[in-house]
Amino acid sequence: MRISITNFTKTFGDTTVIKDMSLEIESGEMLALLGPSGCGKSTTLFSICGIHRMNAGRLRFGDKDVTKRPPQERNVGVVFQNYALYPHMDVHANIAFPLKVRKEPRAEIDRKVLEIAALVHIEELLQRKPSQLSGGQQQRVALARALVRKPDILLLDEPLANLDAKLRLEMRSEIRRIQQQTGITAVLVTHDQVEAMSMCDRIALMNKGDIVQVCKPKEMYDNPASDFVAGFLGNPPIAFLDGIANDGEIRLANSEVALRLPSNVIDLSNGTQLRLGIRPEFFQPENDMKVTGKVSFVETQGREDLFDVTLTNGAVLRSIQSRGGDIKLGDEVTWGISREHILAFGPGGERL
Amino acid sequence: MKHNFRNWPVLLVLFIFSLPLLIMLTFLVVDTFTTKVPGTLVPNAFTLHHFRFLWTDLDDGRWGIYGVTLNTFIFAASTAAVVTAISVMAGYALSRLSFPARGFFLGSLIVLHAFPTVTLIIAIFLILQILGLYNTLIGVIIVKTALELPFGIWVMKGFYDTVPWEIEMAGVQDGASRFTVWWKLILPQVQPGLMAILIFSFLSGWSEFVLPMVLNPGTDAQVLSTYLATLLLDTNTNSDFNLISAVGLFYALPVVIIYLIFQNKLMNIYGGGTKG
Repeated sequence: MRISITNFTKTFGDTTVIKDMSLEIESGEMLALLGPSGCGKSTTLFSICGIHRMNAGRLRFGDKDVTKRPPQERNVGVVFQNYALYPHMDVHANIAFPLKVRKEPRAEIDRKVLEIAALVHIEELLQRKPSQLSGGQQQRVALARALVRKPDILLLDEPLANLDAKLRLEMRSEIRRIQQQTGITAVLVTHDQVEAMSMCDRIALMNKGDIVQVCKPKEMYDNPASDFVAGFLGNPPIAFLDGIANDGEIRLANSEVALRLPSNVIDLSNGTQLRLGIRPEFFQPENDMKVTGKVSFVETQGREDLFDVTLTNGAVLRSIQSRGGDIKLGDEVTWGISREHILAFGPGGERL
Repeated sequence: MKHNFRNWPVLLVLFIFSLPLLIMLTFLVVDTFTTKVPGTLVPNAFTLHHFRFLWTDLDDGRWGIYGVTLNTFIFAASTAAVVTAISVMAGYALSRLSFPARGFFLGSLIVLHAFPTVTLIIAIFLILQILGLYNTLIGVIIVKTALELPFGIWVMKGFYDTVPWEIEMAGVQDGASRFTVWWKLILPQVQPGLMAILIFSFLSGWSEFVLPMVLNPGTDAQVLSTYLATLLLDTNTNSDFNLISAVGLFYALPVVIIYLIFQNKLMNIYGGGTKG
């Protein structure tokens, strides 16, 4: 079901967490609310499900205005970060609880519980207590409980934060599979860009209570709206060079080095403050626009090596290369930047 | 299993310090079942004579021991029931709901808990007299309940504080009303606290002496503690100390039994919440 938030404002006491935010989530879509901690993404999530009251603005599910509806009437399934399973009930009773509250007949409840247990692959765990389950199993139970009454919307609050690295990979694809199989509209809150990019159809990147950019993961990575977005997406992260535009080139701060600007910003007036973003995959030995610097950090990641290269003015570029070179810490290297892949930002961080 | 220190020195010290208590308790039990020649310590014969209050009326139209015991039970049980019922609700409200003057209530709870209640006794006496509840069991129950409540509420609030918010939010999301959430999801989590309050206030009511003595001095609805006190002062029984000991043992026995059965649950009060 389509979710539309218009002019949403949320304050706690005197602090305004979210101001005048608007967001449309398409039916059947999985959207990630991504952002650093404290940016208001969980607040937004809890306002959608009704735990927080909106101070201003409207919230609609489909054509229905639910702004003033209590959480019980919204038909939203929520998976909490710590799963919030009911510790005194076994798995069956946990999943059956939303149906019991609605006073559905027993046989019906049993049928639905078994059906949803099969979907999330926990049929053999139904008699266990939550304390007898592993993190990944608890996660599946929480998903089953959220989905069993066929909610219009599924909300996931940092669902993978409490899992170890291997389980996280597994549950990432599991959650996506379940979401696609049920065709439910889902909102995922996370601070992990990899999670957001790999699981979701679209990402809404938030910063300080504002949505900075909403688009498809690939588009956001290739075409960030600001240096904040560029810096938030990508691992290893993008590197920035500050400088001043001069005759189609950029003169880097505190140095004599000048680099050709990418063709889309080549006609900037002289003296404009600039910020260039260069992703590690576009700073490679074979590229033609050479810069020289000293290797200041080497990190082996298995398949690839990650290098930090400090330029003469102190700025740092990152490069990620497949293994094989015998480059050591302290070596002087001259590598090239792929000119057309440079992202240029203005002094306020906006994309040029 | 290897210990990093030896047990017996600790046990020895504990034993020495507990010795006076142990001797007193031993003699309490021994005295009630034996006779002695005055002036000696070693008993010379076994007898059940001191327990005659169990099968004969002692004297003068006073309630028999069973009536008094029933009164004590009614007193302790209703105090425990009311204290527990109010504590589980008030504790939840203080822990979870935001209402006007919440801070004030929390503060006064602590003050009331620490308040020397004896200083209130004259005011309470006057109030009960105005209400016509002086010299009735109901009156004492109400007063005792009121005085036990701050402790109960405070402990229950502590238990509620350990229950994660998310459980409640999950319940609300699952479509349950706040009341259902409390009754079906939260209350089972604080059950150890509930049991502890129930037992604790029952024991406290069972052993209460000052309130019944001052507010219910008549002989119509005596409780065991005041019954024991009147025995001590009574000239008819010629201060039969063995009889008094026997009544004392009879009075203390339920406390010991309840404590033995429920000691784990009682310890929860000091553990402060459910375990992981």
